[in-house]
Parts: sequence; C-alpha cells; structure tokens
Amino acid sequence: MISLTHLLALSGILFVIGLIGTITRRNIIMILLSLEIILNGVNIAFVAFSYALGNLTGQIIVFFVMIVAAVEVTVGLAIAVVLVQQMGQTNADELKLLKW
Amino acid sequence: MVEHQEIARAAAAHTVAPAGWLAWTILFLPLAAFLAITFLTRKSKLLSTSLAIGSMAIGLAATGTLLLHLLRAGEHAAYQYTVNWITLPGLAVEFGLLINPLSVLMSLVVTGVGLMIFLYSIGYMADDAAYSRYFAYLSLFAFSMLGIVLANNFVTLFMSWELVGASSYLLIGFWYDKPAAADAGKKAFLVNRIADFGFLAGILMLWSIAGNQLDPKTLNLIELEQRMPGLIAQWGVNLFSPLSIAALLIFCGAVGKSAQFPLHVWLPDAMQGPTPVSALMHAATMVAAGVYMICRVFFLFGEVPGALEIIAVIGGFTSIFAASMALVENDIKRILAYSTLSQLGTMVMALGLGGYTAGMYHLSTHAFFKALLFLGAGCVIHAMHSNNIWHMGGLKKAMPVTTALFFIGSLALAGIWPLSGFWSKDEILALAFGKCKILWTVGTVTAGMTAYYMGRVLCVVFLGEQRDHHAHPHEVPPVMYMPLIVLAIFSVVGGFIGIPSLLHHAKGVHVEFNKLVALISSAAAAGGLLLAFKVYGKQPQEDPFAVRFKGLTRLLTSKYYIDDIYGWLNTNIQQRTALVSAWVERNVIMSFLVNGTAKITGLSGSLLTKFQTGKVQAYALSLVAGIGILIYVGWRCIP
Amino acid sequence: MHPVTWALLSPFVGVTLLFVIPQSRVDWVRRISAIFAFIPFVIALYLISHYDRTIAGYQWVHKIPWISSLGVSYQVGVDGISVVLLLLHSICGLAGVLISYRITERVKEYYIFYLMLIGGVTGVFVSLDLFFFYMFYEMAVIPMFPLIGIWGSGEKYYATMKLTLYLTAGAVLALVGLMMVYMISGIWTFDLIFLERYLAQNPIPGHIQIFLFPFLLIGFGVIAPMWPFHSWSPIGHASAPAAVSMLHAGVLMKLGSYAILRVAFQILPQGAYTWMPWVAVLCTMNILYGGFVAMAQKDIKYTIGYSSSSHMGYVLLGLACLNPVALNGAVFLMFAHGIMTALAFASVGHIYDQTHTRITSDWGGLSKRIPFIATMFVLAALASSGLPGFGNFVGELLIFFGSWDVYRWPALAAIFGIITTAFYMLRAVRTGFFGPLNPKWEHLEDANTLFEKAPYLLLVGALVAVGCWPRLLTEIVSVSTGNILSHLSPLKTLAGL
Repeated sequence: MISLTHLLALSGILFVIGLIGTITRRNIIMILLSLEIILNGVNIAFVAFSYALGNLTGQIIVFFVMIVAAVEVTVGLAIAVVLVQQMGQTNADELKLLKW
Repeated sequence: MVEHQEIARAAAAHTVAPAGWLAWTILFLPLAAFLAITFLTRKSKLLSTSLAIGSMAIGLAATGTLLLHLLRAGEHAAYQYTVNWITLPGLAVEFGLLINPLSVLMSLVVTGVGLMIFLYSIGYMADDAAYSRYFAYLSLFAFSMLGIVLANNFVTLFMSWELVGASSYLLIGFWYDKPAAADAGKKAFLVNRIADFGFLAGILMLWSIAGNQLDPKTLNLIELEQRMPGLIAQWGVNLFSPLSIAALLIFCGAVGKSAQFPLHVWLPDAMQGPTPVSALMHAATMVAAGVYMICRVFFLFGEVPGALEIIAVIGGFTSIFAASMALVENDIKRILAYSTLSQLGTMVMALGLGGYTAGMYHLSTHAFFKALLFLGAGCVIHAMHSNNIWHMGGLKKAMPVTTALFFIGSLALAGIWPLSGFWSKDEILALAFGKCKILWTVGTVTAGMTAYYMGRVLCVVFLGEQRDHHAHPHEVPPVMYMPLIVLAIFSVVGGFIGIPSLLHHAKGVHVEFNKLVALISSAAAAGGLLLAFKVYGKQPQEDPFAVRFKGLTRLLTSKYYIDDIYGWLNTNIQQRTALVSAWVERNVIMSFLVNGTAKITGLSGSLLTKFQTGKVQAYALSLVAGIGILIYVGWRCIP
Repeated sequence: MHPVTWALLSPFVGVTLLFVIPQSRVDWVRRISAIFAFIPFVIALYLISHYDRTIAGYQWVHKIPWISSLGVSYQVGVDGISVVLLLLHSICGLAGVLISYRITERVKEYYIFYLMLIGGVTGVFVSLDLFFFYMFYEMAVIPMFPLIGIWGSGEKYYATMKLTLYLTAGAVLALVGLMMVYMISGIWTFDLIFLERYLAQNPIPGHIQIFLFPFLLIGFGVIAPMWPFHSWSPIGHASAPAAVSMLHAGVLMKLGSYAILRVAFQILPQGAYTWMPWVAVLCTMNILYGGFVAMAQKDIKYTIGYSSSSHMGYVLLGLACLNPVALNGAVFLMFAHGIMTALAFASVGHIYDQTHTRITSDWGGLSKRIPFIATMFVLAALASSGLPGFGNFVGELLIFFGSWDVYRWPALAAIFGIITTAFYMLRAVRTGFFGPLNPKWEHLEDANTLFEKAPYLLLVGALVAVGCWPRLLTEIVSVSTGNILSHLSPLKTLAGL
C-alpha cells in the first residue's frame, strides 16, 4: 500500500534533485529542466495531500502550477534562444552582466 | 517727591493732550525731514536744506514752549507721553517720551546747538556733491539724539542709542570713498557696539530684578525710580549687589558713547567726518549722550556708592589721560577731540562724585564752547585746506572774526573767569575738593593742561606769521560765522543764565561756590596759558616740546599704544578664534563628521556589492541557504 | 471660498500652465510665474489683515477627507504663527520671482522648479494634517536639487547633493518620530487639530514623550539648522542662484523651527520640557561658533550663510525658553531674518551676476558705481546687526528679554552675538562697498528701473514696517503662541519648573 508518507518522500526526493540540479548545472537549459523537476515535486505533494484529505483544492492548484510552469519554460527557452544568438553560449557562469 | 509729579499718560498717540503734540513734534520732525529728503527732495539743495533746518528750528521753538510751561508748572513737573509698542504677557514695552527739566534742558542744547551747526553746514558743505544726503543724515542723527534725550523708558532709550551709533557710522564715513573715513566710521560703530553689550545686559538685569509678585517688571524710568527704595531694601547696595552690577553695566554704555577710557579710541579717529559733524556729534550731542544717560538714570547711580567710586575714577583718569595726548597732537581737530575726551572725563568724574547738577551744567556749557571751537576749526580748515597746525600761523590777519571767536571758545574751555567754562568747571572742582582730594588734584592739573594746549593752538594757528606761503586764507562767509557768534554769546554768558537752577530739585550733591578752589583753578588755567604763550609765542617752525622731550612725545603721539594693543587683540585673539572656528568647521564638522558619514556609507556600499556576483546560481544557493537557516531556527526555537 | 487652499494651489496652477507654454516664449513664462507668485502674496495680505485676533486657534480651515481608513485627510488652515510665516514666504517668493528675471538659461524649467518650491513651502506652513505636512516638507526639499545643481555656481554639485541628502535624512528621522506618534497615540489619525485636542486630554506617557522628542527635534532641527547639523546650509546658500538663496535662507530654514513649534511642542509637551534646555546649549554654539566662522569667510555668500545659521540660533533660543516673550520673539525674528537675508542675497546676486566674484575684497568701492544696490546691502547689514527700526531688532530684543531669566549664559552669548554680527557685516560693507572704486567695475549696472527696484523696496518696506510698529505682527502671533504655551503650562507645575 502506498501511503502518504511514500508520496511525500517521492515529492521531497524530486524537489531536492531539482534543487541540486538548479544550483549545480552550468547549462541554462538544464537549469530550466531542474526547475521543472522542482515544480513537479511540489505538484506531487499537492496531489498527495489532496488525495489524503479528500479535498480537490490541491489538484486545482496543480493545474495552476502546470500553467505557470509552461509559461515559465516558454519565456525561459525564449531567453535561452536569444542568449545563444547574442552571446553564443548558454553557460550560466558566464552570464553575470546582471550585477551592480 | 513722587506725589508732586504730574504724570499725564495716554494710551495712544491720538489721544494725548495738546502739549503731547509738542513733544512728539520735537522728536519726529527730524525723522520726517530725513524721509522727505531721501525720497523726495534729493535733487534740490534748497528744499533739502530748508526741510532739515526747518525741522530743527521748529524743534527748538517747541522745546522753548515746553520750557516755559515747565517753568510755570514748577520744577517737579514731569510729563509722559506713551504709545504701547509691544504688549505681551510678561513684557510691556512702550514707546514714550518723558518731559522734565532735565530732558528739556538737554533738548534745548541739542536743538539749539544743532540748529547753529545745520546753518553753518550750508556754507561748509556748499560744494559737496552729496549735499542732500548730508542733510538727510544730519536729520536722522538729530532724530536719534532727541530720542535719547526724550525717552521715558529703557527700550526707547536703547533704540535711539543704537540709532545714534548707526547715524554716526554714516556721518563719520560720509566721504566713504576715503579709506580712512570708512575705517573710522566702522571703528566708531564697533566700539560703541562693544559698549552696548554691557548696556543691554545692564538694562536686562535691572528689568529682571525690578519686578516682584505685586508689580510686573518695568522699563519705565519713573516707575523704576519709584521702586528704588524697595529694590535697595531687597538687594542692598554693596558693590556686588545686582543693583551695583546693573549700574556698572549700564555705565558701560556711557563708556562707549562718551568715549571714556578704555573705549575712547574711536573718538579721535572719528575726526575723519566733515567738521560740522564733529561739532555736532563729538562736542555737543552724541558724546554727551553717555553723560546725559547717567543723569537720566541717576536715581540708580546715586544709590550705589561702590559703583559711583569706580565711575569717578574712570572719569578722572580719562580726563588727565586724554589731556596729556592733546599736548603733542598736531591735527587741530584731533586736539579738540582729545580735549572733548578730557572734558567728558571731567563730567563723568563729577557724576561719579554725586554731582548731578555739576555734570549737567558742564555738559551744557561745554556743548556751546566746544561746538564753537569745532566750527571755528572748520573755518580754519575751510580756509587752509589742511588740518595740521604747523601749516598754519598768523591767521588773525586774514580771518579776524574767526580768530576772535576761537579765542572766546578757547578761553571758555580753559576756564577763564567770567566765561561759562569757569563756572561749570569750578562747580566740579569744588565738589571734588569736598569729596576726594586726589580727584580734585587731577581735575586741577587737567585744567592747567587744558589751558596749555589751547594756548598752544592759539599761538601756533592764529598769532605770529604765516608759515605756509602757498595758502591764501580768507575770512569765511557770514552764513558760517553768524552761527559762531550765537554760540560765542552763549559761551560767554552761559554761566549766568541759571542752568543749575533748572535742575535744583534733582538728587545728588549740591555745592556752594568755593573761593579757594576758584583761585587755585584760575591760577592753574592762567599758568597753563602763560606757559603756552612763553613756549610757542616766539613763532617756532616745529614743536619745541617735541624737540625737548623726545621719548615722552613718542609715547603720547602713539596714544600710549592703546590702539596697537587693540589691533594686536583683534588680529591675535578675535581673528584667530575666527580662523580656528573656520578650521574646525572645515576639518572636523565638514570633512570628518559629514563627509566621513558619506564616505562610510559609500564604503559599506562598495563592500556589499561584492555579494552581487551576477551569477544566478549563486543567488539560488544563498536563497536555499537562507531558507535552510530559517527552517533550522524555526525547528529549534519554536517548541 | 477657501483662501488658504487658493494660496496653496496657485503655484501649482502656475506650474501646470508653464508646462504647456513653449520654451521660446520666455516673456510669457516670466509673466505667468510672477502672476502666480503674486496671488499668494495678495491672499497672505488678506489673511493677515482679516485674521481674527480674539480667537486662538486655526482659521479658514478647509478639510477634505482623503484616505479615511488611515485617518489621512487634506486639511489646511492658518493660525497666528503660520499666517505670519505665510506672509514672509509670499513676500520672499514674489521678490525671488522678480529677481529671477535676470536668468536667461533654461528659463521655463527654472520657473517650474521655483514655483514647485514655493508651493511645497506654502504647503508646510498651511497643512494641518501630518501626512500632508510631511509630504510638502519633502516637496520643498526636492526642487532645491535641480535648482542648485543646474543654475547654481561654485561647488554646486557637491552642495546640492549634500543639501538634498542631509535634509532628506533629517526628514526621515522626523518621519520615524511622526509614525511612532501616529501608532502610540492610538487614535489612528494624522489630523493635527484633532490630535492636539485629543492629546491635551490624553497625553502620551511622559517617558515615551522623552524618548520620541529627539526624533522630531533632530529631524526638524537639521533644517533649522541646529548646531552641529548646520553644515549643509552655508554651502547651499553659497552655491544657489540668488533667488533660490533668498527662499532657502529666508524661508526654508524657518521650516525647521516652525515644525518644532507646530508639531513637536504641541504633541510632546513633556518632551519639550525635558529636551529644550539642551537646545539652549546647542543654540549658544550656533550663535557664537556661527558668528566666528562667518568672521573668517572671505566669500560674502558664505558670510551671510554662516550668519544665518548664527541668527537661527537666536530663534532656537527663543523656542527653548518656552515663555511667551521669547516665543513671540522667535517667530518675529523668523519673519525679520527671512526678509533681511532675502534682501542681502538679492543685492549680492545682482553684483555677482556682473562681477562673477563674491569675494568682497575683489569688489571695492561699489557704492560709487551702484548706489541703489549698495544702499540695499548696507540696510541689510545694519538690519542684521540688530539696528532699531528693522524687524530683527525687535525679534532679538524679545528673545533677550524672554531668555534673560531662564537661560542667563546663553542670553549673554546671544547679546554678545550682536557684536560679532556687526563686526563681519560692517567689514563686508567696508571692503566691498566703501573705499575707492575698483577700476575693474566702472561699467557695473545699478538697478535702474522701478521694476528692477521693486523687489528690493518690497523687502525693505516689510522689514521697516514691522520694525517700527511691531504690533502689526505681535498681536497676531501672541494669540497663537499663548495657545501653544497653554498646552505646556500645566506641565510647568508638574515638572517643578
């Protein structure tokens, strides 16, 4: 039997994988993918709670999150394309124009 | 005495009794003349002159009317006319006039001598480009001076006092493009300002102690006079009681205006102004204001013997100190200036000895003969275009009228019987003889020195032969010598017209004529004159005294180095304090505190920017670390 | 009819009109500015002549609720103090607009900022709501930044940065204090009239007042300017163009004292009793130190600047005494000093525009060439040294009388200050205007037409009128100062003073 604990553990593992990926990956596309994993980890937690509590609100929020994630990826990939065009690379370490 | 006083009080100007208009007229006509000349008639010499002289003449007539009224009303008469100037809880300041025998006597002197000097100025200033401005300033000065004379309270008195200072600044510096004149005006104003510091503090002190639970504090002279017995009972009269200190502080003001030691330094320099100005301000009015003010506030001074002694000593010292500097001076106006200092010292000494009447008496006669002498000197300067007596000589041939008038003035100043100076000076000496032999000796020696230096002027300037053959002296026009004749008449008969009797009711000591004193002082005066004629009668080309006593002459001509001491204090103390303050301002407050704060802000900013790497993953890491810390803290701390 | 609102709106209407006028129509720009600076002057004259002297408190109050949930409302009105300062402000503002006719560079922008400055200061004087009070207070500071930075001279960038930052820092400190008052009073309103009435009945606890008062005192004291927070002011005066210096020294510096009087005294009377003796000490430093620093200056605008900070020490001393005589003297001196400084800066500006130097020893003998301007400067110098007949004398005299029994030594220092003032002012007159004419300046132009002379005559007229007949102002002011002190006086017995 898959309990709430198992689902939350899965959610936490996905979240941490995504977090570590966000912080450590150099390629901006990989960072975007890691962000998606974080969001999906959160989504699993929402669904799990929704199921456990018998309340649909959590599932509704998951849809919102998915919409936001889709938009975010769209914008993020657009930025990545522009970066390749303008700077010729997608290495996050080299992109540090945004400081003082 | 109080119950005899008739005090006419009125709340506002438009309800005063008819006699009130006279008093206000005396005061405000010169101001009106000043305003009219400045704004309307500047272009017209004739109109400006008539406005200024008309205002003085009407003032003189009004004063005369008041005098007749007072003579009829008896010697205790006193009238006040006031307007509320500022009324606040805890302070009521009036603008008011007090008409009593003392103020009417002084007002007569000011308007009378003033009128003569105004008339004389028509001739003296005839060719000056700023003729109208001159008469405007003169009118302003007359207004201020009459304010001192007529004021019934300390604030009105102090205001006029300051205005006199300012108008003297304008008049001394009248030829402002001449550096010496501009400096002299500034010096006069500043020295007077220093004295006014004490004066104002004294006024505040007296005001502050004069009130109690029953009566609110007051600045009114008559009310203060009525409260004196209570104040004396409350505070005592020893030298350190507030009353004595207030009296001495108020005396500070007189030290400045009447140019007593150690604030005498402005008067000789003030001779840079036009000569009629010197006659008006430095003989008859402005410098007399200090002495007059002491008389006006004599209800206070008369009660504090310790302070009076100090005043007497300062006066006596100034009289002999100034006379000694006159002995070697070569500028005719400066000789008269030192002589004025010396005579003022004598008056202050008289007041210090309690001789209210004697002081005022000498002030009045001195106003006549010293104005005569200054105007006479003005005639000489007008004719010779030089102030140095060693450029003159033998003027009696070219200027007989002036010579005669100058002789009368000099003899009156020297105290030769029966001219006015004899009577007034004798009253002071008789007073000193009875009270303090040392001061009497000082006074008598000063009288001898006075006769000597005036004899020196007479010999060098008027007798003998002409020294400078390039000059072409000529007699002055009648508009200049007619006023002198009037002044000369008063210098001659001033001792007989009953000036002291006008003041007889007043407080202070009265003295009888003392034959011994009169003989000794006459002998001193005659001796001084004879000595001068003996030394200078033989037409020397340079000063035999200076040749004989070189060291003494150097000490005297450098004015006992007092100006140098003040100059040293000025550059080394005052200017250095200013520079140190400016240094503190620049380096401590500006550079260190203010710019330092700005620098610390900038520095911390530049340190903190190091955290802003621009790497998005570094930001994410710190975000995560922050959340981690928050979770840890929340987990540990919240039970 | 709400005359106070009209006086406040007038400059802003002028600003709006100026926006739509083309840059090139300089004459219309000037004319419109003059008209909209003239309207507040007329209104101020109307207010001061129709002010009901028998009633203490605010008159012509106009209230429009704005954010009622926060207790913010637009509320304006004047009492005896603010009506006098409003008159001062409108005189200086009008004179400043007329003096600025000489400006030729970016005229439109200049007048837009200048009218905003006028409007902001007017707003501070008439606001009876703490929110708007603070808003206008900031609005008065901000236009100074471009005005000095663009049209100034000398070290203008440093000066304008320093001035704006310093004053804003002070304002923020005051804001902290005001917000705390807002919270602690517990009635959630910025309405000053209501707050005063409420706090008179339910005062803030004494120890909290004592804690809060320094925030307001120092916050507003910066602009007063209280020693040692004065250093923004002389350099600001010196770098600003003439008309801005006039408003700056004439009016802006009075905002601090006014705010202390209006806000801090009324809301925190206990704090005032505890802290004002320290102000008496600081203002002694203002008077003496400011005077001596002024003595060491060669640049005339710095001399006047330090002299202003020295004379504002008298005003602070008057406030510190907390008695009617000195308080009236302080308000009177604010008025008189404002006019006198404006006069001095106007005449200096006239000369600087032609000589491009402000070192008096470089001038020399200017009286010969420009008698009118020289006379104006001499009058300002004499007024500044406290000559009777000018308003400054009355203000200083009242402060001396009021402070003598309360703070003896500061009072003596203040009396000593009249010597130092006379010293540096007359020295400036001597070196700059008297003596032989410097041949370099033989072609200087005097103020020739009546129009050019008008602002000077307006200022001198006001100064002499109140100096000769002080009741013009004291009767109006004393009602309101009495009102303020009546809030304070119950404490007097409490504190055992």
